[in-house]
Amino acid sequence: MDAQQQQQQQQQQQKQEQQKEEQEEEQQQEEDQEEEEEEEEKMSFFGLDCVRKKETELERKLRANDREYNLSFRYATNAIKTCKYNFFTFLPLNLFEQFQRIANAYFLFLLALQVIPEISSLSWFTTVVPLVLVLSVTAAKDATDDINRHRSDNQVNTRKAQVLIDRKLRSEKWMDVQVGDIIKLENNQFVTADLLLLSSSEPLNLVYIETAELDGETNLKVRQALPVTGDLGDDIEKLADFNGEVRCEAPNNRLDRFTGTLSYAGQKYSLDNEKILLRGCTLRNTEWCFGLVLFGGPETKLMQNCGKSTFKRTSIDRLMNVLVLCIFGFLAFMCTILAIGNFFWEMNEGSKFTVFLPRQNRTNAGFSAFLTFWSYVIILNTVVPISLYVSVEIIRLGNSFYIDWDRKMYYARSDTPAEARTTTLNEELGQIKYIFSDKTGTLTQNIMTFNKCSINGKSYGDVVDYTGQRLEVSELTETVDFSFNPLADPRFVFHDHALVEAVKLENPEVHDFFRLLSLCHTVMAEEKKEGELLYLAQSPDEGALVTAARNFGFVFRSRTPDSVTIVEMGRQRSYELLTILDFNNVRKRMSVIVRSPEGKLSLYCKGADTIIYERLHQSCSKLMDITTEQLNEFAGEGLRTLVLAYKDLDEEYFNEWKQRQHEASTSMDDREGKLDQLYEEIEKDLLLLGATAIEDKLQDGVPQTIEQLSKADIKIWVLTGDKQETAENIGFSCNLLREEMNEIFTVSGNSPEDVREELRNARTSMKPDEVDSVLLPGRSLVKGVMMDEEVNGEHGLVINGHSLAYALERGMQLEFLRTACMCKAVICCRVTPLQKAQVVELVKKYKQVVTLAIGDGANDVSMIKAAHIGVGISGQEGMQAVLSSDFSFAQFRFLQRLLLVHGRWSYLRMCKFLRYFFYKNFTFTFVHFWYAFFCGFSAQTVYDEWFITLYNLVYTALPVLGMSLFDQDVNDVWSFQHPQLYVPGQLNLYFSKKAFFKCALHSGYSSLVLFFIPWAAMHNTVRDDGKDVADYQSFALLTQTCLLFAVSIQLGLEMSFWTAVNTFFVLGSLFMYFGVTFTMYSNGMFLMLPPAFPFIGTARNSLNQPNVWLTILLTSTLCVLPVITFRFLVIQLCPTINDKVMYKVRQTKATPPPLPRRTRIRRTSTRRSGYAFSHAQGYGDLVTSRRFLRRPAVSGSSGLANTGRTTMGFSPMGRSAGYSPTGRPQNVKVQDVEVTSLQMYKTIRDPAL
Amino acid sequence: MLSAGIVIPGFVVIGLVFIGIGVALFVTSRSITVLEIDYTGVEKDSPCFKCSDPDIKNCGCKVDFSIDTLFEGPLFLYYGLSNYFQNYRQYGASKDLTQLSGDLASFKDPSDVCYPYDYSVQKPIVPCGSIANSMFNDTFKLFHIVKGTRKQVALDGKGIAWWTDYNVKFRNPLVNPLKNAFNGTTKPPFWPKPAYELDPTDPANNGFDNQDFLVWMRAAALPNFRKLYRRISEGEYEKGLPAGNYSLEIAYNYPVLQFEGRKKVVFSNVSWMGGKNEFLGIAYLVIGSLCVVMSVVMLIVYAKFKFPEED
Repeated sequence: MDAQQQQQQQQQQQKQEQQKEEQEEEQQQEEDQEEEEEEEEKMSFFGLDCVRKKETELERKLRANDREYNLSFRYATNAIKTCKYNFFTFLPLNLFEQFQRIANAYFLFLLALQVIPEISSLSWFTTVVPLVLVLSVTAAKDATDDINRHRSDNQVNTRKAQVLIDRKLRSEKWMDVQVGDIIKLENNQFVTADLLLLSSSEPLNLVYIETAELDGETNLKVRQALPVTGDLGDDIEKLADFNGEVRCEAPNNRLDRFTGTLSYAGQKYSLDNEKILLRGCTLRNTEWCFGLVLFGGPETKLMQNCGKSTFKRTSIDRLMNVLVLCIFGFLAFMCTILAIGNFFWEMNEGSKFTVFLPRQNRTNAGFSAFLTFWSYVIILNTVVPISLYVSVEIIRLGNSFYIDWDRKMYYARSDTPAEARTTTLNEELGQIKYIFSDKTGTLTQNIMTFNKCSINGKSYGDVVDYTGQRLEVSELTETVDFSFNPLADPRFVFHDHALVEAVKLENPEVHDFFRLLSLCHTVMAEEKKEGELLYLAQSPDEGALVTAARNFGFVFRSRTPDSVTIVEMGRQRSYELLTILDFNNVRKRMSVIVRSPEGKLSLYCKGADTIIYERLHQSCSKLMDITTEQLNEFAGEGLRTLVLAYKDLDEEYFNEWKQRQHEASTSMDDREGKLDQLYEEIEKDLLLLGATAIEDKLQDGVPQTIEQLSKADIKIWVLTGDKQETAENIGFSCNLLREEMNEIFTVSGNSPEDVREELRNARTSMKPDEVDSVLLPGRSLVKGVMMDEEVNGEHGLVINGHSLAYALERGMQLEFLRTACMCKAVICCRVTPLQKAQVVELVKKYKQVVTLAIGDGANDVSMIKAAHIGVGISGQEGMQAVLSSDFSFAQFRFLQRLLLVHGRWSYLRMCKFLRYFFYKNFTFTFVHFWYAFFCGFSAQTVYDEWFITLYNLVYTALPVLGMSLFDQDVNDVWSFQHPQLYVPGQLNLYFSKKAFFKCALHSGYSSLVLFFIPWAAMHNTVRDDGKDVADYQSFALLTQTCLLFAVSIQLGLEMSFWTAVNTFFVLGSLFMYFGVTFTMYSNGMFLMLPPAFPFIGTARNSLNQPNVWLTILLTSTLCVLPVITFRFLVIQLCPTINDKVMYKVRQTKATPPPLPRRTRIRRTSTRRSGYAFSHAQGYGDLVTSRRFLRRPAVSGSSGLANTGRTTMGFSPMGRSAGYSPTGRPQNVKVQDVEVTSLQMYKTIRDPAL
Repeated sequence: MLSAGIVIPGFVVIGLVFIGIGVALFVTSRSITVLEIDYTGVEKDSPCFKCSDPDIKNCGCKVDFSIDTLFEGPLFLYYGLSNYFQNYRQYGASKDLTQLSGDLASFKDPSDVCYPYDYSVQKPIVPCGSIANSMFNDTFKLFHIVKGTRKQVALDGKGIAWWTDYNVKFRNPLVNPLKNAFNGTTKPPFWPKPAYELDPTDPANNGFDNQDFLVWMRAAALPNFRKLYRRISEGEYEKGLPAGNYSLEIAYNYPVLQFEGRKKVVFSNVSWMGGKNEFLGIAYLVIGSLCVVMSVVMLIVYAKFKFPEED
């Protein structure tokens, strides 16, 4: 009874907590919804979503098996539609969308201008050809996307479901399922719609579901039907007669909430989330079940949730938008100048020139200037490059393919290639300044291995050669053979033979050590087949320890609420389990009191060293010293340690104690305190047995990656749900925190004042001379951006979840951010998913840096979505993180390749592309500006119209694409060698407003050269046969040829990595130019359509002149030489890091020396992690309370198989339900896995107990 | 790419090559002789001053000049116009290429771009458009004064237009006689005679095949331009004009004064690099020298500031 009460209290507490959390979440969700609604309004403002919602549904009413009644409400059917267009609406809708883009709209506007003959300075095709090309490329992309969506919609909509129609089960398509239908689901089927569970094949009307697709959690959850509906069973007649009426909430996106009532047979039953099966779940371990459809298709919680994902834009995108606006301004400025010029020209010259050029309406200088303005808007339109956006998309797409194709980011073991799920963010990968990383599953493998132990002062686990020298453990090191033990776990690996010898020699301490491990825990065993044991532990640490004991001959075999059966060196023995003194965060230890088959009473205890040491008998002091030394050594290697101790108990004393414990547990006031006292009393004068060391296995290459990234000046913050000690420990073992650091601050205050104090203290110790802005953290902001601050030495910051909650409050967040940013490394422990996102948002808001979040679990989704770039580790915890990420791969270490190689290249390429693109277009355009001064500001073009049409599309498109797809300053090996190369990206050095301005200046210079050199060279000159060559057409040809040569050579200068393709593109484009030009200017083309090809013969007549070619040579040289000179001098006088590395590459001309392999640093440390029993309160009560759910196991030889099953889901906190000691992670997403019910502990509120 | 080993020698080489080209161009350009005579008649002492009054029609004037040494041939006679915007957009567009290629349909229905010179009194203008209408119509005769007698220098008006213009771009309709093709059309308003009577001396040099017309129709790129008028390439003066006195008789028809334009006649011979243009040669010389200077500067910088090799 006591236990039950205790448990009830606990449950109440938990419930309260849950409620709190729920409330918070609810608030958050409401906010979200508001935002969404706003978005919807916006969408419909654009006319896109032609008002989908008629009126908001307030409450849902439906009646089972009554289609007519339900149809009257016009609920959505179960068909889903994610596609945007159909065959007929595609063209208008897509075009409408495309013209919302400012560049496209602008070109449409230009086209309209060109239709006005007064203004039209260019033929219509100069605008139409590029516009049509751009529109059709985008339309093609949108069409393929939509076809894919159609296909997947179709596939889902035509899945079959068994629906009860006309008193018969019929196979129907999913899309035909309607609200109020009763459908039958079978094992491993997807849930068709949001259902009210009616009945199931399992006892107590339970069903098991997997919710990975919804929330990413892979463990099974339980749902239970109401008894009244459960009685319907699978009796079709009864089900068909069922006419229950449901009133419930309107469709919403809350996954963990449901409220409603069922009225049936005159009774009302309340419905909650425990009775609902959501679409997106999968039925597991349940033969069949029946459900009543509540929400269908778009109204299901899954669809309501998968709403609009925010569209991420890169910083370059944003910069480009600003620049395009600047360009518009500049365009207007130029046109105004030219219009004014035209005004004065008309006044002074034009008005007199009317003899030969009568211009109707034009004699009014003001009106003429007005028309000129628009004419020049058309002529100078090339400063706003229409093909820019398309090219940018192509480049990003190309660079995404590099990521997809990179074999060095392919993880063979799980057959997972890296994937760029978003193809529009690549260059931002080269600008990351902050990385927010999850811990479990991201940095670590979430696999615990029993690595070392110390028994009675002797340390085991190291491999030692004959001289006593410690050897490095590698793949090749010989492993211990456990074949003497038929029950051993084959996946368990251990290298030190001494330990198994000691076991075989029946060393009593060693035996006690492993006996303790096999008895003192809350693990459950499942034995489906004789000898095949599967352990289910709530924390992987425990599983590792029990598995170790199993392999060393102390096999935990089964348990009942009051006994534990183990096989000790082949002999099966059953211990009577008297009490479990469970773990909690204050006690940091757990003990069991057992009676051996011989009748001896013992207390076995394991726990954190500091805690246990306080409770040891004096006689152990010597052993304590030795063990402490060994513990320090273990901790220095980053292992999680745990101390084991035991004590034999006196029967009388125990009985008396047990009595008191019973009283305490039934007392009404301060039950906890009294129990704690009792526990304290019995857990003393313990005898030390030894210590264990468990390795929280890091993923491969994590420390190296972190070191590389920090060399690249990237700051890494670990945000983890784990407890502080664990997180800190991992921080050390993955090189994030280092012993050499000046100080590692811990913030764990429980009140805002404490937290503020701790943050300030940290800051003053980092910057002792700083006194001022302590009180006003806002002062550290410059235009809302927090600047980086110089700090003496390196520091680390560890902050706890509850402290973080205060630190993130409005008043303190700047304080926190400032302190945290002064530290090299930051670790936040016990953070909630929401806090993860808040931290990311905080940094994003005040630092103006590019952030990246990496994680693998559903709890990381929020931060992955919040960060500029989200990376999902596709691994063990479902696909949720990956699905919401922008990039995904299998191993954390690939991150360095993603950033240092792909990201850096992408950024470099994009910036080079933009710089060059603006350069070539500005140069092209500015020449017109100069020519205006010589043609009466009449909007006469300098070039042939065909050249204007094809310049961006044909003559210069491929070379610049080639550059931006293949260019690299140094290859990947050198990129790893010099992570510092990454820094310029973080500082936005390659493309900024300044760089843009420089481009414009450069273009200004080039255009001056390109206009005035031909001008001077052709002025009054003639051909070598005395004929004309200074005519308009020859001049146009000369200038455009000069331009093309100049920009091609400039491109060659920009490119630092020539491939055959680049050469082909550059030379090919030049040849293409001449080919096209000669064709366009040929007799044949002219005769076909004289007005379209007026340049007939120009190429032949002017390109055979030596002075024309000498002018081309002079012009292109003069464009390029100053650039070379300038760059050469800059490299010599103030070289950048890139210049230095490229110089070095040239010097060595060979591949760089391979990265030095880091040997594992051994150090001794006084810093030890406390033992992580679990992330939450222990489950000792459940274990002893006869309430844990079990299926009858194959009865072991002990014959102690037991107890019925229970219901009422009880979910351990997420990750550690399944345990695998060494090998593959167990939770990989496998379809149709046979999941045992034991993967969850479930209890039932059974009135019988 | 931009290592010292490439850039510095590269600059030296480019510099030397450019200086070489520059010298060649400069010397060539110097060897070309040009004689320019402005006959606009703005100045009072100008022989054509009397013709500058727009009210006087069919004015003739005579410009005398002398040559000290042999003006080496083959010689070319150009007329030059300044402040004349042949490159004005609407002006340059004001022609109907279909019509000019001899398409009879366009004779009847000239393109809109020719406006306001597409129709005149309900009749289509052929050739239509501003360019054709404003065709240059001064004519020149050159006399060599030998011992008081005037000896006419033969001026060759053939082959002064581009081959492509003459053979492909501009073609008369295949109607014989050519005059019939122009039935129902009218001449450009500024023209004294219709197109098929442009050259009374040579029936083949009429219509759209008239060389002077073709030269005019090839619009100039800049407001100051010169166009080929005649060649002195045959007969007695094939080798050039010998030293002596010459007289140029000008039929002064073309009005330029209202827009402050200038008219001139230019005698020039040519070389492999075309007409006289000193700019190219000087530019090459300057840039070549700058290259050499820059290479020295870069060498000094490189030797002094070569960036430290530490990482």
